[in-house]
Formats: sequence, C-alpha cells, structure tokens
Amino acid sequence: MSASRTLFDKIWDAHVVDRMGDGTCVLYIDRHLVHEVTSPQAFEGLRLAGRKVRRVDATIAVVDHNIPTEDRRSGINEPESKLQIETLEKNVADFGVPYFPVLDDRQGIVHVIGPEQGISLPGMTIVCGDSHTSTHGAMGALAFGIGTSEVEHVLATQTLLQKPALNMLVRVDGAVGPGVTAKDIILAVIGEIGTAGGNGHVIEYAGEAIRALDMAGRMTVCNMSIEAGARAGLIAPDDVTFEYIKGRPYAPKGDDFAKAVAYWRTLPSDDGAKYDKTVVLDAASIMPQVSWGTSPEAVLPISGVVPDPASEPDEAKRAQMQRMLDYMGLTAGQKLAGTKVDVVFIGSCTNSRIEDLRAAAAVAAGKHVAAGVRALVVPGSGLIKKQAESEGLDKVFLDAGFEWREAGCSMCLGMNPDKLTPGQRCASTSNRNFEGRQGPGGRTHLLSPAMAAAAAVTGVLTDVRELA
Amino acid sequence: MDKFTVLTGAAAPLNMANVDTDKIIPARFLKTIKRTGLGKDLFSNLRYNDDGSEKPDFVLNQPKYRKAEILVAGENFGCGSSREHAPWALLDFGIRCVIAPSFADIFHGNCFKNGILPVVLPAEACEQLMADAALGTNARLTVDLARQVVVRPDGQEIHFEVDAFRKHCLLNGLDDIGLTLEHVAAIDTYEKNEPAWMPVIAGV
Repeated sequence: MSASRTLFDKIWDAHVVDRMGDGTCVLYIDRHLVHEVTSPQAFEGLRLAGRKVRRVDATIAVVDHNIPTEDRRSGINEPESKLQIETLEKNVADFGVPYFPVLDDRQGIVHVIGPEQGISLPGMTIVCGDSHTSTHGAMGALAFGIGTSEVEHVLATQTLLQKPALNMLVRVDGAVGPGVTAKDIILAVIGEIGTAGGNGHVIEYAGEAIRALDMAGRMTVCNMSIEAGARAGLIAPDDVTFEYIKGRPYAPKGDDFAKAVAYWRTLPSDDGAKYDKTVVLDAASIMPQVSWGTSPEAVLPISGVVPDPASEPDEAKRAQMQRMLDYMGLTAGQKLAGTKVDVVFIGSCTNSRIEDLRAAAAVAAGKHVAAGVRALVVPGSGLIKKQAESEGLDKVFLDAGFEWREAGCSMCLGMNPDKLTPGQRCASTSNRNFEGRQGPGGRTHLLSPAMAAAAAVTGVLTDVRELA
Repeated sequence: MDKFTVLTGAAAPLNMANVDTDKIIPARFLKTIKRTGLGKDLFSNLRYNDDGSEKPDFVLNQPKYRKAEILVAGENFGCGSSREHAPWALLDFGIRCVIAPSFADIFHGNCFKNGILPVVLPAEACEQLMADAALGTNARLTVDLARQVVVRPDGQEIHFEVDAFRKHCLLNGLDDIGLTLEHVAAIDTYEKNEPAWMPVIAGV
C-alpha cells in the first residue's frame, strides 16, 4: 500500500473482502438503495435461486421513478406503473426489506432520501440500480450506479465483483460570482471534459469553490458525475458534512457519532496522493450555464450563441451537431438568451432539495409565470415538501402560477404522467437532455433552479443575474 | 446466462457517437417486471414514427440488417443510465456483440452479465468494420472470444483486449453470484470486523 492515498483509494481499500488473482476484488457494500424500476427482475432471480437478502439492515427501498406527482391517496391509475409499484411492495414484504411507502413523508427520490435520512454516510460504499447514485458521493462516500444483475448480486451477497477505477481530480479554484451555483459548476465541468471525459475514473471534486458549497450543492455536483462518464464522483467529508449528518434518523448517535467523525476525518486524500488525471477550472470564469444540445456536454454560458456545425472540421461531429440543432429546433448563431420555453421543470435528484427550492422561490417571489408557460415544482421528498410549506415557499410558487406537486422523479425521465409533448421546449433543472428523455420529441435545456425560475417568469431562457 | 464463444453473423452499422441508453430503450419501456420482450422497443424513437410505422432509413429496419447479431457503433456507446434494460433489449432483438471505440462503464459491465460481448477496438479498426458492415448480409463478421479476434469478411483478423475474468465468465456462461458465494467465509469475517459505531437500518 502506497503512503499517499486518495479518498477513493482509502474507501476502496477498506472494503476489499477478498482479491482474486487477476485483481478483481470482492468489494463489500455498506448501503443498498432499491427502487421499483431496476429491482423486480433481481428479486425474481433471488426467488428462482432460493436465495435471501443477506443484509436487510443495510438495504432501503422506495418508489420514485413511476409514481405520479399529483395526490396519490386515491392510488395509481396507470396499470404498468401500478404493477411495478405493487411488485416492489410485495418484494420488500416477502424479503423483509425496509421500505418508505408512497404515502409516508419520508418517501422521495432515492438519491434525496439517502442523505436526508442519514442512511448515506462518509466512507461508505453505496450502490443503487440507478446511475445517479453518484449523488451520495457528496457525503464522502464511494457511490455508484449498477445494473439489475448487480442489484441481485448485492441483495444476495452484500458485495460486488469489481476492479478499482482510476483517480481523477477536478479542482475548481477561487470563488464563483453572484448568481452562479453548483449546477453551473458541474455543467461547466462536463462542458470542459466531455461526456466521456470521466470514463473509467472516479472524480474527486476539490478546490475552494467546492469547499464553499453546502451539502445540497455538493450533491448536485456529484449527481452529474455520470454525465461526464465517471463511475462515481466524491467530495472529501469536512465539518459541513458532519454538521449535516448530526441528528439525522439513521446516523450514528452520541459516542458512536464521535467515533464515526474521528474515522471520517482520516478519509480525505493525503498530501501527495496521485491522480491519473487532473483538471483545473477557475471558478470566477464560470457563468450561469444552459445546455443547447442533446448531450450534457453541449452546454454554454447563457450569454452564448448556438454553435455553427459548419465550423466543426470533423465530419461525424459536424453531422452530430446538425442532428442536435434539428432536434432542438435551434439555428446556428441564435442567441440562447431569449429562446422561448413552453415548460419549466424544477425538481429531480439533481435539484429538488430545500436549498434548490429556496433559490427558485427567491427568483419567483412577487412575479408571475409568463403567459403560455407551464411551470412545475416537484420537491425531492415528502419531508422537503413539508419543510418548504413551513417556510411558505409553496405559497410563493402557487401565487406566481407554478404547480406545487408531490415528491418523485417527475419530468426528469418520462416514466410517469409528467412528460413533454413532441416539440415542447423545457427549461429543466434535471440532469439529462438526451433525445426523448423528458418525453418523445421533447427539447430539454439543462440549467440551475434560479435560472429555471427566471425562464418561468420571463418565458424565455434568461440570465438570472439580469433579472430585475 | 448463455455462453459466448464464437459468433458469426451480419453486422449492422450505427455510425453515431454517444448512443445513450435512452436511445437504446426509452424510459417509458422500463415499466416491465421481466427481462424479455424488449426487442421490439429497441431504439424505439429512432426506429418508429409517431404512428408506430417503421422509419425505413433506420439501419435495423433495412432488410439486410433485420437479423443482425452484431452492432458496430461510434464512441461512448451506452452512456447515461444504468438500466440493464438496454442490454436486455439488444439481446431480445438478437444482438450478441457490440463493437465500438469505447463504451460507458455501467453499460459495458451490464453486457457481460447478459451474455453480450462488448468489443473495444481503435477508431480506425471500427471504421473498417463499419465499412464491412455497410456491405450488408454478404459481409458477415466473426467474433471469436477465446482467440480474442474479430474476423473481417476478407479473412483479416483484428485482435481485441478483454478482461480475463469477464472473458472466463462469458465463455463458460458463469453466474457471478455463485462465484462470489465461494468467498462467503471472507464476507462473514468482514462483517464481524465492522466498527461498532456503524449503524444499521432498523425500525423503519
């Protein structure tokens, strides 16, 4: 073992159960988060093999992808969604897995509730059958998405067969300017390194601008690591992290908390730790970002203009750019600011925490959603919804003409009734602008909650810093 | 899981970079509780018009590629979500091998769990295979996992690298869980040594 290790190296080393000849490791998994979409076939596999869930006390289940975000007390109408939710409920009952039911205040998006409940903690290995599991890396954990076969593998063995990833450091030096948020930082990072820039790597985010973020901001940054191709993203735990965790329902208490913190303080990367790749960004140069294409790397400052495919020398890339512009209904040279939107979506595992809702409400307060625009606000959990209501944010949004909805994945991915119709243009705080992601033919512009609120009240993509 | 040994078949060229998992299988098809039956929805948005009719230009709708077993694609294939429905849809359609200059990590791993071989080759080799694939059914490729070669229609062999453990599992159709459970004593020991402060999820 080398003297200087990264945060990733330390977590990895602490979880190696066994090592095979070719370097493949049996890696212990501390927390397994389960949702309705990627687990039915895994539980079925357990049943067929006569296997049990090895650690029900390290597993938590919730429904989020499928459920409508309207009042759910009268049940779920859509038959396939209903079946998937009922299947999860049967599976958790049969196998004894802890579960936050649909009508429980603790129900919410799986990547929101893990940290919120103190289930996701520093130094842990955390997995879920969902690529945005990288979110939990904000706690200083190694958290990554897995497929359904691996969901079954973890349920049965509480381990995965893995080889270590490479280490990548993304350092954001200095301080961001006013109106620039965690979302703008991560979009700028993806724009810089590209959608495959992190392939094979785990990204550690560091630097003054990252340190300055609150936990919600850190979760936003880590959440989109997968959009840069990275296996996971993480941030060294510090006093901000420990303060956030203290007192949460499933966090260690009393003496145990003190012991845990003592261990967590040993986790940050050592001086002189080696990274396979290092990228440095200057925070002051990051402007509010908005995506223009159908890949998260197709992103520009809001002051930018839609790029011209003719200026791209590579033929395949030129064709791809043209395809993006055709799909998005944009013209080369067009200013991004001023582009009319039909829908605004504030929510998703990227940006649905109370801090995100506060930022959006601050922009929306005293204004009104522009004529012809539909604007949705979808809290990340039932508890966030309650918290927002206790602060009067629901009233701010409702008075401004926004819809105030129940917790879930909502319009991030077109698996529930919240969808775009073909050709609709959406300013969205979610994480993916792929073709059809928010509904077939829907056009997505990724941006921050404050920028989304600014688009809602003006009806066009707007630099939130210029909004009076 | 079915073994993967030697595959000879028609290869479909999909000359597109960053083919994401939402393209491979849109989220609205993830409501199934089965692994099978997704082949008809593979590449749904690229393959069908809004009225459900086929888009004749899309590669897998062309008669010569309707039975393709190999897909040759651009870089960063399978980026985006962790949905295993993506390899399930490919497999259900009949595709057992995807050749590309690079793959997204989770998709790459998911393929091996389902008897699909993802082959990474340099961009120039992929361009040659893309050109071979464009010749249609008369230009069948052979993928030999044991020898780690793709054989072009003219007999030229292109060597590829593959993780030794994953190769072993795929060649023998091995179940990962069974292999891991051979280490159960080590897992037991690991759990006994967990720090006392480590909380459990109980009383939910």
